[in-house]
Amino acid sequence: MTRYFTQEHEWIEVEGDTGTVGITDYAQGQLGDITFVELPGEGSAVAKGDSVSVVDSVKAASDVYTPVSGTIAEANAALADAPELVNTDAETSGWLFRVTLSDPSELSALMDEAAYKTYVESL
Amino acid sequence: MSEIDTPGDEETAIEPQLLPLDPWHRTRGGRMVEFAGYWMPVQFEGIIAEHLWTRESAGLFDVSHMGQLEVSGEGAAAALETLLPGDISALKPGRLRYSLLLDENGGILDDLMVTNRGDAFYIVVNGATKWDDIAHLREFLPDAITLNHLDEHGLLALQGPKAASALGRLGLTPASPDGPGLDELKFMQAAKFEWQGRPLAISRSGYTGEDGFEISVRGEDIEALADALCDQPEVKPIGLGARDSLRLEAGLPLYGHDLSPEIDPVSAGLSFAVSKRRRAEGGFLGAERILAQLEGGTATARVGLALEGRMAAREGATVWSGDRQVGVVTSGGFSPTLQRPIAMAYVERPLGAEGTALELEMRGKRLPASVVAMPFVPHRYHR
Repeated sequence: MTRYFTQEHEWIEVEGDTGTVGITDYAQGQLGDITFVELPGEGSAVAKGDSVSVVDSVKAASDVYTPVSGTIAEANAALADAPELVNTDAETSGWLFRVTLSDPSELSALMDEAAYKTYVESL
Repeated sequence: MSEIDTPGDEETAIEPQLLPLDPWHRTRGGRMVEFAGYWMPVQFEGIIAEHLWTRESAGLFDVSHMGQLEVSGEGAAAALETLLPGDISALKPGRLRYSLLLDENGGILDDLMVTNRGDAFYIVVNGATKWDDIAHLREFLPDAITLNHLDEHGLLALQGPKAASALGRLGLTPASPDGPGLDELKFMQAAKFEWQGRPLAISRSGYTGEDGFEISVRGEDIEALADALCDQPEVKPIGLGARDSLRLEAGLPLYGHDLSPEIDPVSAGLSFAVSKRRRAEGGFLGAERILAQLEGGTATARVGLALEGRMAAREGATVWSGDRQVGVVTSGGFSPTLQRPIAMAYVERPLGAEGTALELEMRGKRLPASVVAMPFVPHRYHR
């Protein structure tokens, strides 16, 4: 299992051909209290960089972009009743969706954890 | 991830200015954002926690970005009445009321609070509009009337059911021997006090729907006062985010969003700001159009909407009745008290009746909503 990060503050953890995607702890801290998460439909085809989910906080709504192309395999149903999981467990049980990768080579353009940490510190 | 919309994202190329409490906010963990030309705290511990704290205890808001003005001189009341639709002449010393700055077409240039201080009318206007307001007042007020911008004063709002007990513990004394004590002030009354020799001008008013006070304080005294208030166990500092969600629940419009020069007081549901005598006599900018609207009504009305589900509709969302667009949302968000999204919108007046089922379009989705009475959360003023 390897975890990658984007400059837009998504993380993706890849196991086999499936990636689990969420927003980072830094991102949830910036957003504040999350009140609703709009999730992508299972089975929909997505391209890297597409806005596929929206995270609604008290103050604003934010797009979440898929870090990779592929097909949505699953959306996190637990978020319907407990969107605050994205605040409390952003990088674990507060994941947003799973995607079946169509082009794993896209991962090479993403940051690893150390690079993301440096990136956040530069903000 | 990137933000789709942010309340208060007024665009400006000018470097934001610093308020007197700026370092205090940063020390206390305030997340600073640019608002109305200033760096201001949008939140401290989190918007929902701050919101609920204010509803059950007391929150301290720094609103020093707002414009504090004094209008004085022989005939000041009559002069103000040429620009405001309220009965300023009948406003007794120590009383304040809500009013509107109107243009020639009856459009709303700003909303404001005007207090009769005895020797002057004290006016608090919105931060983002204060420079335009000052220009407007200078243009229309006669030369004999003095307009003073109290730009060396800050403004704090202490709001919530425990505001009175917290402020009472500071031991304020009336500035004049015949002035009311703090506990004698009722909603929409004001007086001057002294705190450890420092002058404070206090009104029992606010923007949350709760009991509370707005305190005008010299810039050099504001940090000591903010510290003394936050030393009280009931009081925590509150950011702009909760200020917005609290006023939304209270059904109070926000200038630049729910009110603008394109909106008139009758459509906005602010006809109460046009006093009875002024309706009979007119004589204020925009009177012709507004008096006609009071008589004949307006095509649209500001209404409250309660949404089903948890997805919020934001400013700009369109309002639909079947396949017909009938309005637009001007403010919206999640209500921490009601635990559901609420919104304000302008809709065709016949569709503004309580209970009317409508749909809001947000990001291509239709969200069911119904018209509800405002305030969404009952006011608890000290009357």
